[in-house]
Amino acid sequence: MENLQCQCGHVNPPGTKLCESCGRSLTEKEQNSKLVDMRYEGTARRSQTYNKSIIDKIWNFFSSVKVGVSIIVVLLVAAAIGTILPQQAFVPATTETAIKDYYADTYGSIGRAYHFLGFHDLYSSYWFIALVGMLAISLVIASLDRFVPLYKSLKNQRVLRHPSFMDKQRIYANGPGTEDTLQKAETKLKELKYKVRTEKNGLLAEKGRFSRWGPYVNHIGLIIFLFGVMLRMIPGFYIDESLWLREGETRAIPEVPGYYLESKNFELENYTGEGGEEIFGEALDRVGTVAKNYQTDVVLYQTAEGALPGAADGQEVVKEYPIRVNQPLKFDGYAIYQMDYRLDELRAMTFALTNKETEESLGELTIDLINPEDTYELESGSTVELLGYYPDFSGFENGEPQTATPLPNNPGFLVKLTTSETPEGETSFITIQNTVEPLGENEYKLSFLSVETRDVSGLTVRKDSTLPILGLGGLIFMIGVAQGMYFNHRRFWIQQKADGTILLAGHTNKNWFGLKKDLDQVVDYASLPAYTDQQDEIDKVEKAEKDGEALS
Amino acid sequence: MTLADISSNLLYVAFIAYLIATFVFGGAVKGNKEGTFKSEKRWGAVAITITLIGFAANLGYFFTRWGATGHAPLSNMFEFTTAFGMTLVGGFIILYFLYKTPVLGMIVLPVALLIIAFASMFPSEVSPLIPALQTNWLAIHVSTVVIAEGILAISAAAGLIYLLKVVDLNKKSKQRFWLEAIMYSLVLVLGFVVASTFFSATGYEADFTYVDKEGTESAITYAMPPIFGMNEYVALTEDAMTPLIETPALVHAGKLTTVLWSVIVGTILYWLIRLIFRKRIAAILKPFVKNVNLQLMDEIGYRAIIIGFPVFTLGALIFAMIWAQIAWSRFWGWDPKEVWALITWLFYAAYLHLRLGKGWQGEKSAWLAVIGFVIIMFNLVAVNLIIAGLHSYA
Repeated sequence: MENLQCQCGHVNPPGTKLCESCGRSLTEKEQNSKLVDMRYEGTARRSQTYNKSIIDKIWNFFSSVKVGVSIIVVLLVAAAIGTILPQQAFVPATTETAIKDYYADTYGSIGRAYHFLGFHDLYSSYWFIALVGMLAISLVIASLDRFVPLYKSLKNQRVLRHPSFMDKQRIYANGPGTEDTLQKAETKLKELKYKVRTEKNGLLAEKGRFSRWGPYVNHIGLIIFLFGVMLRMIPGFYIDESLWLREGETRAIPEVPGYYLESKNFELENYTGEGGEEIFGEALDRVGTVAKNYQTDVVLYQTAEGALPGAADGQEVVKEYPIRVNQPLKFDGYAIYQMDYRLDELRAMTFALTNKETEESLGELTIDLINPEDTYELESGSTVELLGYYPDFSGFENGEPQTATPLPNNPGFLVKLTTSETPEGETSFITIQNTVEPLGENEYKLSFLSVETRDVSGLTVRKDSTLPILGLGGLIFMIGVAQGMYFNHRRFWIQQKADGTILLAGHTNKNWFGLKKDLDQVVDYASLPAYTDQQDEIDKVEKAEKDGEALS
Repeated sequence: MTLADISSNLLYVAFIAYLIATFVFGGAVKGNKEGTFKSEKRWGAVAITITLIGFAANLGYFFTRWGATGHAPLSNMFEFTTAFGMTLVGGFIILYFLYKTPVLGMIVLPVALLIIAFASMFPSEVSPLIPALQTNWLAIHVSTVVIAEGILAISAAAGLIYLLKVVDLNKKSKQRFWLEAIMYSLVLVLGFVVASTFFSATGYEADFTYVDKEGTESAITYAMPPIFGMNEYVALTEDAMTPLIETPALVHAGKLTTVLWSVIVGTILYWLIRLIFRKRIAAILKPFVKNVNLQLMDEIGYRAIIIGFPVFTLGALIFAMIWAQIAWSRFWGWDPKEVWALITWLFYAAYLHLRLGKGWQGEKSAWLAVIGFVIIMFNLVAVNLIIAGLHSYA
């Protein structure tokens, strides 16, 4: 394509609609229309100019508003589909097959289809992410396609425009003026906070140009936000670990080197409806129990400098803190959240070694259910040897005891009891409320005395270094939205011809009412000719024609 | 009288004031017999005064309840929905003083009344806050959202007025059908209110046990005669109506029963109105909008969205994310409520691009504004009551 030379001598890039210098219409369409299209100042947008190479086609595709809106609508519908049934993250199943079965069992054929189509994990699906990616590309290309020419054009705009540009503006006036009209107009416009430039016999008054950048600024904000979200995939930016911490236990914090956490106490408090809570009585009667507080009192330790990692004596207390919902423990860019709990997990069981017949006790032993010892020596000289420990006993398989989980929910012990009377030892398999003697009748047994329990806190360890970037994106978006929506770009061009005639044109990107209010003041003060709103004129004519049609 | 009692009495006052103001606004726009609209100004002034009194009482309800409960009254279905009715009226008052349009009041106030009545069907006793809600972010996040939704809903009201004026009701068309569908769905809300009030006034209750979708036995109390029975239900209340249809465990028959009763009562009401007036509801309203300036309505609708959209972004996305990060350790978790907030946001983003980029003004814009309100209501009602998630209150 060739450059377009205007009658005024200015050479415009191909695709230009209004001469960059004088504003003359360069295309037949613009020449024939009553009002010029001022949306992008009549500049050459790449997407409207080239359509040959594959790059042109891609560029044109993504710069179109229609395509952008279509992507938004498709995303919106997809997002809605994802809420028809719960996403897999909210489903009480963890393995691939269990999840599949859950959908089929709970929701029948609908659930099966939903799972088959991958809607159970819709928001992490490739196509959904691809859609978001397309939206991002569209944001960038559509913005560049418009911003670059618009910026150039507004930066280089001339004061004097050709009369054919002026009379195709929506606000237009043409009439006699006095000698000082231009000067007075300039004074008044400056008073109204317009930036005024003059050249020879004309002036250009402008206000609020920055509002034209609003859309691009808010798109930049969105791009920064999406960029921040993408950053989480890079290792080091984002950590999401869970930590089950028992009361009294100290554990290394996963993915947080050098830090340890001890739980002093876990507390679950419910509303009682008493002591200042009487007002909630009615609600509590209706719904039952309502939790008031989940809290883990923790101590945070850090490995002292120079100490060997893991050495217990090399730890320094960093902070004691009650972690509650909405009040995570924060340190060094990490945060630890109260997310879950298990009450009364078995901690230790105490038994007495007794003679079955005489019920005489040879001593007591306490088995720690998390770290049991191999052998327990009793005062009487008897020993209890722990041959096998099954924290969550689930039955026998091929004669072997099995454990379902490593959690002490239903502990089973295979023990060998040795006393002075039974130096060979007797074997016994003990579970809660049940004893099996696999190798024949025993003389001694372990009788259950007591159990100790404790609470377990479910904590989440989180680091998210992308948050400042996301915050920045959000802030820029909001600034851009306000900038574009609550301000507008107003311009007046005024020229005085040699014979004293005044030509006046006005344009704003929105809020014509406000523009006219400004202009009324200037017209009054500088006795400019009365202006017309040419859009109104056109509308009137159209309406009259329409009414005419209706009548005939 | 306790603070809580004062609070609920103030809500009654607000309700009655809005009810009276609706009719005065209606009278104001209808004009006098001579066809001059001098009375519009005078009666409009009376109506807005009554509205302001109602709104003051409504604010009084809000803050006395805040005082009584010790937390911002935005924590459950009753409180949030009532606040939505309040911000809707608040949004209207702002736009009334900007544009002096009584006709907007004639549409907004009855909708606000319906919303407040709808809210009152949910348990309204003062309830304690669960740990996740015990933070100032409750007040910050939820109040911003409810204000934004109130303002956005005004654009739907302006859109509705626009459509009432431009849609030709004498010719069969898709527009005519959907306009009447909007009216019908508003009557259905009234149906729900009437049915709930009737059955609770007569003290209807029926207890059942049933087997839920996880296979465990649960209990349920119906507040309306059970048309649908829960999965493998057993009636505990004697001489209660035997459910006509038993539903599979996936469907909550109790909620379905409420919906069906609302539809039945609402449909009866709708046809009663049609029989009495012998025309469509849209046609009943048509004379009230004959004096409407279409360009102004279009402008109000757009203005409401450009005010509401940034506020919504701030409240429903930005504040929401900040709080979610503090309470749930992640700023976004694809919880249904979060997703629907995003959908609402995307929808209004599409509206703005279509309007500013594609020149969708006037009727197209009006339809979009109405759809926006439908999405907001869906997020409020369906997502809370049907789709379970972290935000399920009532």
